[in-house]
Amino acid sequence: MCGIISVIDRLGNSMNGEAIKKALSLMNERGSGEGAGYAVYGAYPDFADYYALHLFYDNLVEPKVAVEELLEKWGKIEHSEEIPTYSKGRMLKKHIPWRYFFKPDTSLFASSESLEEDIIISLITRINTKVNGALVYSSGKNIGVFKASGWPEEVADFYRIQDYEGYLWLAHNRYPTNTSGWWGGAHPFNLLDWSVIHNGEITSYGTNKRYLESFGYKCTMLTDTEVVAYLADLLGRRHELPPEMMVKALAPPFWDEIDEMSGKDRDIYTALRMAYGPAMMNGPFAIVVARPDYIAGFTDRIKLRPMVAAESGDRLYISSEEAAIRTMEPNLENIWMPDAGEPVIGRLRR
Amino acid sequence: MSTGATPSKYRIKVDHDQCMLCERCIDNCSYGVFRREGQKIAVDSHKCTACHRCIAMCPRDAIELEEKPNDYRSHPVWTREAREAIYKQANSGQIILSGMGNALDYPIIFDRLVLDACQVTNPSIDPLREPMELRTYLGKKPRQIVLDRTKKGDYDLKTKLSPNLMLETPVMIGHMSYGAISLNAQLSMAKAVSELGTFMGTGEGGLHKDLYPYQNHMIVQVASGRFGVDINYLERGSAIEIKIGQGAKPGIGGHLPGEKVEEDVSKTRMIPLHSDAISPAPHHDIYSIEDLAQLVRSLKEATEWKKPVFVKIAAVHNVAAIAAGIARSSADAVVIDGFRGGTGAAPRVFRDHVGIPIEAAIAAVDEKLRHQGIRNEVSLIASGGIRDSADLTKAIALGADAVYIGTAALIAMGCRVCGSCYRGLCPWGIATQRPELVSRINPDEASKNVANLIKGWTLELAELMGAAGINSLESLRGNRDRLRGYMLDEEMMKVLDVKMIGA
Amino acid sequence: METITIDAANLHYTPLNIKIRELIRQGKKRIVLNNICGQRFIGNGIRGDDIEIVINGVPGGDLGMFMSGPTLIVHGNCDHAPGNTMDSGKIVIHGSAGDATAHSMRGGEVFVRDDIGYRGGIHMKEYHGKRPVLVVGGKAGSFIGEYMAGGLLIVLGIDRNTPVRGKGIGSGIHGGKIIIRGDVDENLLGIGAKKEPLSGEDMEDLEKYLKEYCRLFEHDFEDLSGSFYTKIIPASSRPFAGKYCWE
Repeated sequence: MCGIISVIDRLGNSMNGEAIKKALSLMNERGSGEGAGYAVYGAYPDFADYYALHLFYDNLVEPKVAVEELLEKWGKIEHSEEIPTYSKGRMLKKHIPWRYFFKPDTSLFASSESLEEDIIISLITRINTKVNGALVYSSGKNIGVFKASGWPEEVADFYRIQDYEGYLWLAHNRYPTNTSGWWGGAHPFNLLDWSVIHNGEITSYGTNKRYLESFGYKCTMLTDTEVVAYLADLLGRRHELPPEMMVKALAPPFWDEIDEMSGKDRDIYTALRMAYGPAMMNGPFAIVVARPDYIAGFTDRIKLRPMVAAESGDRLYISSEEAAIRTMEPNLENIWMPDAGEPVIGRLRR
Repeated sequence: MSTGATPSKYRIKVDHDQCMLCERCIDNCSYGVFRREGQKIAVDSHKCTACHRCIAMCPRDAIELEEKPNDYRSHPVWTREAREAIYKQANSGQIILSGMGNALDYPIIFDRLVLDACQVTNPSIDPLREPMELRTYLGKKPRQIVLDRTKKGDYDLKTKLSPNLMLETPVMIGHMSYGAISLNAQLSMAKAVSELGTFMGTGEGGLHKDLYPYQNHMIVQVASGRFGVDINYLERGSAIEIKIGQGAKPGIGGHLPGEKVEEDVSKTRMIPLHSDAISPAPHHDIYSIEDLAQLVRSLKEATEWKKPVFVKIAAVHNVAAIAAGIARSSADAVVIDGFRGGTGAAPRVFRDHVGIPIEAAIAAVDEKLRHQGIRNEVSLIASGGIRDSADLTKAIALGADAVYIGTAALIAMGCRVCGSCYRGLCPWGIATQRPELVSRINPDEASKNVANLIKGWTLELAELMGAAGINSLESLRGNRDRLRGYMLDEEMMKVLDVKMIGA
Repeated sequence: METITIDAANLHYTPLNIKIRELIRQGKKRIVLNNICGQRFIGNGIRGDDIEIVINGVPGGDLGMFMSGPTLIVHGNCDHAPGNTMDSGKIVIHGSAGDATAHSMRGGEVFVRDDIGYRGGIHMKEYHGKRPVLVVGGKAGSFIGEYMAGGLLIVLGIDRNTPVRGKGIGSGIHGGKIIIRGDVDENLLGIGAKKEPLSGEDMEDLEKYLKEYCRLFEHDFEDLSGSFYTKIIPASSRPFAGKYCWE
């Protein structure tokens, strides 16, 4: 179930959403027309220093008042607007997508290591758990997530995704089982800098969720993909693991492989598995996690889901299917199927 | 005595047509049920404990055992057990001792939890073909890993790991002391755990020199009696366990009756021959949680911080908060022993009425440690009434890192759960020190039985995990989403943090 | 004999113990620790009958726990449970000690010049040649020799109005003996303990340790040897045998 595709331009050159829309549509057999979404990094250059909070409102009265009261209490809303949408055919505006460009007032909070981020996370948690009819689904700086129920091209046209530009894109075509038809359940999932697209099911969800909760995360999206974003945030941001080692903690080598390693590697991988056992993800998955400076794609440890990577010039592509990549870029220099658990990392060079 | 004799609990009948007068029953029954009378085997059913030794050894299938042959008038309140306890105490004025685990008919939560399996949305994994990792490390884990990038572009590990025990299967054998059980029983289990890459506890009876070859798979216990504890003992163990309490008798100490303290037991425990070995209720150097931390650190200092130190407590009402205190004491693992845990001897009123079941205790402790953000830094070992691989799997899904089994391992060596361990006459050579009985266990054979049991469970655990689409034990641990409650009440499910079937 | 001195001011017990072990490994026999203030676990689990460690200051709890052989000489008071589960060797305390002194001690000797806290010598035991001895020059707290399973416990009450503060002497005692200078009121005995006059053998036993006490702390032997002493021993080696019946 589900199809994923991602691209990064390693020099930071912009691409519009036209090509990825087509690529995602090519994988419609992998979806069910009940959810699709796009994430674009570099979407809001004019507000690059502000957290771009995307929300779904059920109406513009109670929830919006409550959210804005919260935001104004804890920081400054630089700009606020409805996200332009274009209803057509069966694409009804079931929720009203709204965006704020927001900066928290760090002087109001008790000190912590990464103050701004922690304030944003606590505000998101508060809105998503306490405010009825409001859901924050995108919160990064210069990052925008656009998602809804529908086929990839319907969702793309609903937001006119072809009009957005960015150097890094993620897109996801959904075949839901957990939360059908719910806009919040569509991918990509985003938290601050992190966005995730995921094909598969995480059988270790219960363990991962409880582990994350002990670090203060709250899982509110009713689906397993959410934990990937939080795990990436915990390991990649708070614990400062480099991306390849973060992937090795989330989809680690087997013990018998670790036993065969040389002394230093054996110690590192043993330590990673001991410390991050509850963060390890099990079950079938192909995942791409993105941050402003890289994308990292990886599959589960026994390759239960497909993943193809390809390069063309400065662009690195990761997708469920080669054909989808070829739709975006027919002239590929390099195409390969990464081994299970082996990260494919595309780093921004600028 | 105005109460008269109580009817025998069991009736033994010998089928004289079948009997060939081989007298194996006479030889095997250490309780003296059988005797030869002319051309007949005569019986005294009053002495029978239902240990089944005679039945197991009779070559002609000539012995029949009936439970409660002369029962009382049935009554839902004044059960046979209630009435007989009163007769006993009316005559003695004493505390009633009992053996094995909790014998009251409480609902078993494990039996009201069902496991999950994959269908379509994720594939089941066949453990025969595909990797299935059951390895577990017990001990302190770092909260986070710090890596330093080198000039070469690889990484150096900056985090220092504490010593951990590496288990190839999450089943260990719990602490049953030399004294409470025989050396041959301990040897059998020690051989089994060494072969399987897991561990067993010494109990509070010291470490007999015959067990030294297996010391790398032995966890040495330090209990309130400090029997057999010296620096050599501590250094021999692969880990050290401080026993605060046990599920069969929370809050009270133990004592090994003088009759069981024969030559070798006295030597291993380092106490005089035939003197009672008394383990006080508390450790008298631990009257508060900070004293526990002191003992943990003292043991670590004495062994130069090379050994993991576990702390075992009985599952009592406030178990979660106590475990959280232990987790802060430098202890590497918390062992929780539920109220169905077995024992050689415990006052019946304690065995049956004090403490809580292990299922709820695991859930509560795991949750409390998570809420305090320290769950993964300390290991959680569960014990007390683990009967099969289903209990094992559910215990891990509720949040345990590994389990200790006790009674199940004894059953694997022949124990019939007759519950007369405290008599010291165990006809299976387990809970006895009489050489003629102890020699009934051949450690080479019995160790195979114990090893087979754990192997069987391990295979079943792997199958259950594979069916749930999980190929590593870490992903089963605390994965309560893969459990559902069946006929459990709402409050209980809240404690267990599991959903109802169908939800 | 070469003496190595360690200034332990502000030194945590773990590095301190590592240093001590390192010196012992190097073959050093006499170590002096200066400025000890609260460091716990000093000498825990160390071995060597010919090792002597002099401790100047106030050590923390569990001094010499599991120790096997060495001699610790403390110039100062001790905290909780010095000599805890000690195997052999000697602890000499030129001062007082806290609760549970010599707890579960299995062998060796602990000499305390002055007083000890509650539950001194609790659950001391003995086996074959290993016989723990605790000698208290001053006064002991209540419940002394509780659960005692072996060994010898001597309380002298020097310059104190009474050698033992309160009741429960030898409560649950099922081995070993307690010798107290002066008479002991029957009411102060714990369950399972009984009073007896000293035999000739007991007197020999006692004198040996009185002499050692006087040597260590420069006390006048005559002052002690002429006194009346009470011996307290178990009423039975099976104090709880009559408490239970079978199911």
